[in-house]
Amino acid sequence: MTAQDTSKDQKDREPASQNGACNDAPWLDPAQQPFIEIQSLTKRFGDFTAVDDINLKIYRGELFTILGGSGCGKSTLLRMLAGFEKPTQGRILIDGVDITDLAPYDRPVNMMFQSYAVFPHMTVEQNIAYGLKKEKLPAAEIKQRVTAMLELVQLPELAKRKPDQLSGGQLQRVALARALIKRPKVLLLDEPLAALDKKLREQTQFELMNLQDQLGITFVVVTHDQEEAMTLATRIAVMNAGNFVQIGSPSEVYEFPLNHFVADFFGSINIFDATVHSREGEHITVTLEGSGTQIRTRHAQPLASGSACMVGIRPEKLLISKERPTLEGHTVTSGVVEELAYYGNRSIYRVRSENGRLIQVSAQNYQRSAALLLEWDDEVFISWESSCSVVLTE
Amino acid sequence: MTTLANPGKRDRLWRSCVIALPYIWLLLFFLAPFAIVLKISFADPVVAQPPFTPFFDWAAGSGSRILATLDNYAFLLEDNLYWVSYLKSIKIALVATLLCLLLGFPMAYAIALAPLPWRNLLLLLVILPFWTSFLLRVYAWMVMLGKQGLINNLLLSTGLIDEPLQMLYTDGAVYLGIVYTYVPFMILPLYATLEKLDPDIHEAAADLGAKPLRVFYDVTLPLAMPGIIAGSLLVFIPALGEYVIPALLGGLDSLMIGRTLYDEFFVNRDWPLASAVAIVLLLILILPIMLFQRLQQKADT
Repeated sequence: MTAQDTSKDQKDREPASQNGACNDAPWLDPAQQPFIEIQSLTKRFGDFTAVDDINLKIYRGELFTILGGSGCGKSTLLRMLAGFEKPTQGRILIDGVDITDLAPYDRPVNMMFQSYAVFPHMTVEQNIAYGLKKEKLPAAEIKQRVTAMLELVQLPELAKRKPDQLSGGQLQRVALARALIKRPKVLLLDEPLAALDKKLREQTQFELMNLQDQLGITFVVVTHDQEEAMTLATRIAVMNAGNFVQIGSPSEVYEFPLNHFVADFFGSINIFDATVHSREGEHITVTLEGSGTQIRTRHAQPLASGSACMVGIRPEKLLISKERPTLEGHTVTSGVVEELAYYGNRSIYRVRSENGRLIQVSAQNYQRSAALLLEWDDEVFISWESSCSVVLTE
Repeated sequence: MTTLANPGKRDRLWRSCVIALPYIWLLLFFLAPFAIVLKISFADPVVAQPPFTPFFDWAAGSGSRILATLDNYAFLLEDNLYWVSYLKSIKIALVATLLCLLLGFPMAYAIALAPLPWRNLLLLLVILPFWTSFLLRVYAWMVMLGKQGLINNLLLSTGLIDEPLQMLYTDGAVYLGIVYTYVPFMILPLYATLEKLDPDIHEAAADLGAKPLRVFYDVTLPLAMPGIIAGSLLVFIPALGEYVIPALLGGLDSLMIGRTLYDEFFVNRDWPLASAVAIVLLLILILPIMLFQRLQQKADT
């Protein structure tokens, strides 16, 4: 798999901006100067290649997320940006300056660690002031900036506390404040929300976005959590085995995944085997294995007629009903409800289709009685708009 | 089932027994001997069995009379010999502790940073010398350091020196012996402390602009302090009262208090004076430790 920026060729089918933190999409404008430029970066540990010849451009003010499972190389990439790992090959430029050979303490970059790494022997205030003290700034300025930062992360009343007297959420704020106080050009965040519980995560997520918007610092976030990546990011780079699999805005990687790996990484998806029937321009017609149903949808990558491929359709794009739907341009199949799960706001149905496949359907319970209409072993029809499906390669 | 909040009668009895055990231990093996030594230190020496006067005079007709005397303590103050050996002991113990720290810290840190499978092996190597008798190991040093010893022979044969160096029976040999013997007691608590440190903390300091030496001074050292203190006490306390090492490796002027104590007990058979020496030694040890703990408690609250 090669790393490629899918943004440009998907311009026509995707509105450029869908995230409040970024008013335009600088990555679509070839005249824009990248703020962080990673050039053929490689890191090997012995025989193991953690990061394999990566190229990446990140623009000023972006909240860029690198997403991948454990061992995909995302942390190594972040550590190379921070200066804790020396690249085997390649260069890193920030704001036009080559920082590849700079030590961590000389880089215009600060990092928020997954473990937070708050100094346990210093108070909150001392922790936050540490970076400024190393810059040998006058005491009065340090005091003033620390006070302002405590205000910003809403911790002023905890200034004199020691870290062991703080909750996880408070520690996270201290770590964030400590990394932000030096006004770095780039803030690196390693799994910033992983240690927080669900409620706190959602709240912190929005705070992080607001903070980034206020300060205009470029954020690079590393995470294994697709939900975190989706909500935070202006762009997501999906990483696997040391390479980028796809780079794009959250809705691009969700709605137009390039391949099975990306499609599967973001939420659930129903996969059907298919063969390519024909293509015309950006459209492709495929034949579903078994039912022989033909589906016509957009697909940018070249695929030869007759070659095998997959068709993916997200569970929430499927309609489920007892009567056969008669909608224009819909693909319809029938089946029997085998399992159902009620989540309150939605229900998940697993339907055994006529050709024996298990299809997952997620339905909004838009009416109070909606969830009660379908029962186990009910005969149902599943339909979807053909253009909602996506053609995937392995 | 009885809960912690409301223990049954049997549970309570059992718990009291468990708590009482260390106290009984301390009472039997520390406080009682201490009381006996304290008592003897207030007596006069006599040529008899036991070689000191009784604390109470039962024979003096009506009731008992306390026969305590502070003569022994007064004598300790008067005679230079005791002060000199106390000071010498403190000096040797302090310097040896410092040397152990300088040697032990990098070793402990290296073990803490070593890959996990290596650590146990390295720790095993640290305590390996304990598998041989301590006395034997000190004799081995005598063999190596002597005029005809291994080191002198080696240096002579390579032509680096023309005549054998006087290494045995010097203060240097005493330092060597103490550091060699006690450095594991420094390494083990230091390792326990350093091993627990979050490695990210050092990177965080570097990330915030601290150069490596600065990181060590700002982060590693303060966080290693509990280990440094524990290790230093574990080395300093036994080193202060050390008898065997200065007796075997030291010269005539390496007069440490352990030697003085031994001489008073077994050569002069002046048990009361020897007891007084021991009591003062104990005070020298306990006072700074208590003071330190007081400070520590204040800092914690």
